[in-house]
Amino acid sequence: MNTSLSILRILPEVILCVTGALIMLVEPFLAPTTSRKSLGWLAVLGVLGALVASLYQYQLAPGTAYFGVFQTDPFSVFFYVLICGIVLASLLIALDSTSDSTSGLGEYFALACFGATGMLLMTSAVELLLVFIGLEISSISTYILAGFRRKSAKGPEAAIKYFLLGSFATAFFLYGIALIFGATGTTAIYDIAAKLGSSQMPLLAVIGLGMILIGLGFKVSAVPFQVWTPDVYEGAPSPVVALMSTAPKAAAFAVLLRILYGALPTLHAHWVPIVWWLAVLSMTVGNLGALRQKNVKRLLAYSSIAHAGYILVAFTALSADGIAAASFYTVSYAAMNVGVFAVVSHVGGFDDRLTLIEDYRGLAWRSPLLGGAMAFFLISLIGIPFTGGFFGKFYVFSAALHSGFIWLAVIGLANSGIAAFYYLRVATAIYSKAPESSPIASVPRATVPLLFALLITVAATLILGIVPGKILGVAKAGAATYPSVNASAPETTAAGR
Amino acid sequence: MHLVLFFIFGGLCVAGALNLLLQRHPINSALSLIVVMSSLAVLYLLLGAEFLAAAQVIVYSGAIMVLFTFVIMLLNAGREERTHGSKAAYLVGFPGAAALLALLVYVFLSYREQLGGVVLGEYLVTTSDLSRVLFHELLLPFEVTSVLILVAILGAVALARKEQ
Repeated sequence: MNTSLSILRILPEVILCVTGALIMLVEPFLAPTTSRKSLGWLAVLGVLGALVASLYQYQLAPGTAYFGVFQTDPFSVFFYVLICGIVLASLLIALDSTSDSTSGLGEYFALACFGATGMLLMTSAVELLLVFIGLEISSISTYILAGFRRKSAKGPEAAIKYFLLGSFATAFFLYGIALIFGATGTTAIYDIAAKLGSSQMPLLAVIGLGMILIGLGFKVSAVPFQVWTPDVYEGAPSPVVALMSTAPKAAAFAVLLRILYGALPTLHAHWVPIVWWLAVLSMTVGNLGALRQKNVKRLLAYSSIAHAGYILVAFTALSADGIAAASFYTVSYAAMNVGVFAVVSHVGGFDDRLTLIEDYRGLAWRSPLLGGAMAFFLISLIGIPFTGGFFGKFYVFSAALHSGFIWLAVIGLANSGIAAFYYLRVATAIYSKAPESSPIASVPRATVPLLFALLITVAATLILGIVPGKILGVAKAGAATYPSVNASAPETTAAGR
Repeated sequence: MHLVLFFIFGGLCVAGALNLLLQRHPINSALSLIVVMSSLAVLYLLLGAEFLAAAQVIVYSGAIMVLFTFVIMLLNAGREERTHGSKAAYLVGFPGAAALLALLVYVFLSYREQLGGVVLGEYLVTTSDLSRVLFHELLLPFEVTSVLILVAILGAVALARKEQ
């Protein structure tokens, strides 16, 4: 094993861990009255370092490290850059919406760094045990972050609900791994694919597959495993929701792609129908649920369920284009969703003072910048051209159509129509005149960290919407690392639907 | 001899697990969990995994369960209250668990031949095998577990600290 090369392959994780540990070590030496925000800037520096290290990894030769448990390839680098970007933006949002007196800020920033480490490990692990440990690191830090607002009753409620259901889901995931180990005798992802071809026990592996789908379905909040989503998003502080509605989901989708396309491509006849139903249910239930919401954060929670459905549509395509479309959609969803939550978090503050759609009335007149940015992100969430959301949907549905899933694309398009209705409802509220005694007048001016966060997310959404080719090219390079979709493009898979 | 021990402790393990679910008082459930953990340790021993058996007794039956019972006693947790939701959980939970059990039993029985068997009392895994896997092939997952533990400690501090 080449040690120095191995360390280069886990460099982003090392940087994030060291940053987290530094924050923990420095925090006790600060006087109790000192602002903890300097620690936040330290975390921002660490994440920037990890981002640079991830970009550096792109020109590294693809390969494994640490006895084949860990693989750096264009696919992992793609998700590394995405996750580092999300964490960076969410740290900036937290720096904006927290005040100097918010308690436990040091722990907050350290947990964000450690959680990011877990998510990065999930995307590059090619050994299910390492995937599991990464998943646990990322989940446990998000459970804790979700409960950070301890003064409000909703904070601990959100954390407890998230923790109990999340641990239950993790147990399913772990049992699935055990059953697949029983069927194939290995937990290394690419060995599973090789052994499964000659396995005598496909049914055992299929049950394992089902358990893994349940576990990851919870993590990406796909229907019917979505019940926790609205309550947790409502109770957790908005900067945390910006993080947990995008980064752990991106990591979970990366794991799902690795497991379905890397380890279990031979079982596609079993998982394609399951994923088909998960996608249809998530899109429909998410969008119909969002229609009735009055609370902006709950509305965005249902919208995130629906977007998980759109991403799952791309999974059914069984082609390199499908993998690339899913990766692309994850990026564009992350950019616009983090952007929306940047505004929500600034308007509502860490304590969620303003939450109803009614409260947002007149935001654009109070602050044209915030109102304009929010409207832009909502337009992107609808999927109107010249935004990242449009090309995300375009690639996902065209991948589904190319594989013959016409009904899936039709249901998806119909859902996009329903979605336009509730997003526009928020957008019109922003641009209508506020009543005389509107609480919106109390919204503070945008701070420098918020401007940076908005700059990152607006720029990402615009770039994805105007010149999507380059990002899609990288996503395709990532998809090309999967032997299963390149050896023989399965043509007969859509026959059943 | 081995087979008799297997059936005694296997049965004890299942009975303990069922009791854990059916008891309404948390302390009774915690005590049943100790039974489950200890009988699992005996099963590991029968399969020749002596190190795992010892670790199971020391870590799970010992350290973790002591903490469990401490916490329950400290919180003075009372009997579990039945709500409307728990009725629904019963109605869905028991048939669901039974269906899953039936499915797994069916699969394991129908793949009896391919899964193969073990001879009880043989040494399948030596401690040196285990350490080779732990410190060689799975070195990175092993080391990364420390981050997981660090996160858990950090979270406990963050959640339990008094607000100023």
